[in-house]
Amino acid sequence: MGPTLDYLALAPELALVATLMAVLTADIVLPHAQKYWTAVLSVLGLTVTALPILFLLLSDEGTRTMLDGSYVVDDFALILKGLFVAAGYIVILMSVSYIESDRYYQGEYYFLLLASILGSVVMASARDLILLFVGLELVSGPLFLLAGWRKGDVKSNEASLKFYLLGVLSAAILLYGMSFLYGLTGTVDFDGIREVSAGLSDTPAFIMAVLFIMVGFAFKISAVPFHFWAPDTYEGAPTPVTAYMSVSSKAAGFVGMLIVTYVAVPGASNIWGPALWIMAALTMTVGNLTALRQTNIVRLLAYSSIAQAGFMLVPFAVAGVSSDPTAVASAFGATVTYIAIYTFMNLGAFAVVIAGARYTRSGDIDKWAGLATYQPGVALFGLIFFLSLAGIPPLAGWYAKLVMFSAAIGGGSVWTAVLAGIAAINAVIAFYYYARVVKAIWFDPVPDGHVAGKPEQSRSLQLALVITMLFVIAAGIYPPISAYFGDTVASIVGGG
Amino acid sequence: MTLGPVLVLAALLFSMGVYGVLARRNAVTVLLAVELMLNAVNINLVAFQSALQSPQGLGQIFAIFVITVAAAEVGIGLAIVLLIFRNRRSANLDDFATMKG
Repeated sequence: MGPTLDYLALAPELALVATLMAVLTADIVLPHAQKYWTAVLSVLGLTVTALPILFLLLSDEGTRTMLDGSYVVDDFALILKGLFVAAGYIVILMSVSYIESDRYYQGEYYFLLLASILGSVVMASARDLILLFVGLELVSGPLFLLAGWRKGDVKSNEASLKFYLLGVLSAAILLYGMSFLYGLTGTVDFDGIREVSAGLSDTPAFIMAVLFIMVGFAFKISAVPFHFWAPDTYEGAPTPVTAYMSVSSKAAGFVGMLIVTYVAVPGASNIWGPALWIMAALTMTVGNLTALRQTNIVRLLAYSSIAQAGFMLVPFAVAGVSSDPTAVASAFGATVTYIAIYTFMNLGAFAVVIAGARYTRSGDIDKWAGLATYQPGVALFGLIFFLSLAGIPPLAGWYAKLVMFSAAIGGGSVWTAVLAGIAAINAVIAFYYYARVVKAIWFDPVPDGHVAGKPEQSRSLQLALVITMLFVIAAGIYPPISAYFGDTVASIVGGG
Repeated sequence: MTLGPVLVLAALLFSMGVYGVLARRNAVTVLLAVELMLNAVNINLVAFQSALQSPQGLGQIFAIFVITVAAAEVGIGLAIVLLIFRNRRSANLDDFATMKG
C-alpha cells in the first residue's frame, strides 16, 4: 500500500512543478522572438501556486500531515511558502528587462529560478533530515548556475565558482552533523529526534552534531565567520539573481535553522543558544563595520544583508537562554517577522539598484550622486527602501527591529540584554551607511561629465518597485500586518 | 562488526576532505576533496544503520539521497569549472581573485 497524499496540501508544490515543466517545454518549442512567453508563464504559474497557499491559510483547518509526519503543512509552512512565492514573483518582475537587455538565453533562467523556489517551498514543510537536505540542495543547486549566468563575464564566473565551492562545502559539513544526529537518535524525523535527544545534551558526539549543523546553515545565511563568499558572489552575479540570493536563499537557510533548533533539538538550547549568541554579535558587528568602507552599492547591500542576518539571529540567542515558553515563542515569531519584512525591503532596494544603474551606468555610489535631479522617481524609491533598511519609522524595517529588540529584552537575562545593547549600537552604525547612499542620491551634485543613460521604461520593474513599496509602507504604518506573521507562526513552538 | 573503527575511518576521510578544500588550489582537486567529505557522510550513515539494526533502513535511504544529490552537484561543478577554463585557460583558484573589499 502506498502512502496517502493530501493533494490540496501538496497543490502549491504540484503547481510549481507543472509551471517549471511548462516553462522548459515552452523554451524548447518557441522561436527566439517569442521567448518572452517563458516569463509570462512563470508569473502565471506563481500566481496559480499562490492560490492554494492563500486558501489553506485562510481556511484555518489546522495542520495537515503526510508521510508519517515528514511533510507538514501548518501555518508556519504556509506563511513561509507564501513569502517564497511572493519573493519569486517580484524577482521575476525585476528580471524581465534585465535578462532581455543582456542578450542571454532566457528560458533556462526562469526554469532555474522556479526550481529554486520549489526547493524553498519544499523546505518550509520538511520535518525530517532527508527532506530538509534535499530541499536545501534544490534551493542552492540552480543558484550556483544562475550566479554564473553571464557566461562571458569573468566576474560572474568567479561569483559562481565561489558560491558553488562554499555551497557544497557547507552541505558536506551539514550532512556530517546530520549523520551523527541520525546515528545517536536512530531516526530522521524531527518529532522522533526531539523525544530521543532530550537526554543527550551532555553527549560530546551530540554537541558536535548540533554544532556541525549550525555551521552548515551559517554558510547558507552568510553569518560571520562563514560569510566571506557572499560579497564576491553578490557583486559578480546578475543583479536580479543577487536580489534573489540575498533574500530567498538566506530565508531558506533560516527556515532550516529555525526548524532544527526549535523543533528538532530544543533540548539542546544550551549548545546552540550560546553558539548563535556569538554568531549574532559577530555577524552584526563585522557586517556593519565592513559595510562602512564600501564604495560599490551592490557590495554595500551585500554587507548590509550580512548585518541584517545578524539581527535575525538575535532572537535565537534569547530562545537559547530562556526557559519561559512565551519568550521562546515570541523569539521564534520575531525571526520570522524580521525575515518577512527584510524580504520586501531588500528586494525593493535591489530593484532600485537595477533601475538606478540604468541611468547612472555604474555601481559606484559616487556616480549615483545627484540622481534625484534627473530621476526623482527612482530616487524617491531609494529613499524609502534605504531608510526602511535603516529602521526609520514609519517604514516596515522599524517594526522588524522593534520585535527583535522586544524579543531580546523579553529574554530577561543579562546575556540577552547585552546582545540587545550590541544590536542597538549596530543599528546606529547601519544608519550611517544607509544615510550615506540617500545623501549621495538627494544632496550631492551630479559628478562632472556624467551623461545619464536614457533606457526604455520597464513596466515590470516599476511594478516590482510599487509592490515592495506598498508592503514596506503598509506594514510600517499598520503594524498588525507584520504582527500577523509572528502571531501565526508562534504556535509551532508551543504546540508542535 | 564494531562501530568505532568505521567512524574513525569516516572522520579521517572527512578531515582529509576539509584539508583538501582549504589547501589545494586546483578547482578539480577541490571538487574531489568535497566528494571525500560526502563519502565520509555515507560511510557514517551506513555504519549507523548497521549498528542500529533498524528495520526501516533510514540510513541507507539517506545515503542514496546523498549520493544522488552529490552526483548532480558534481555535474554543476564541472560545468562551472569548464566554463571558467574556457574563459581563463586556468583552473587554479588563485587566479580568481578579481574582486576585493
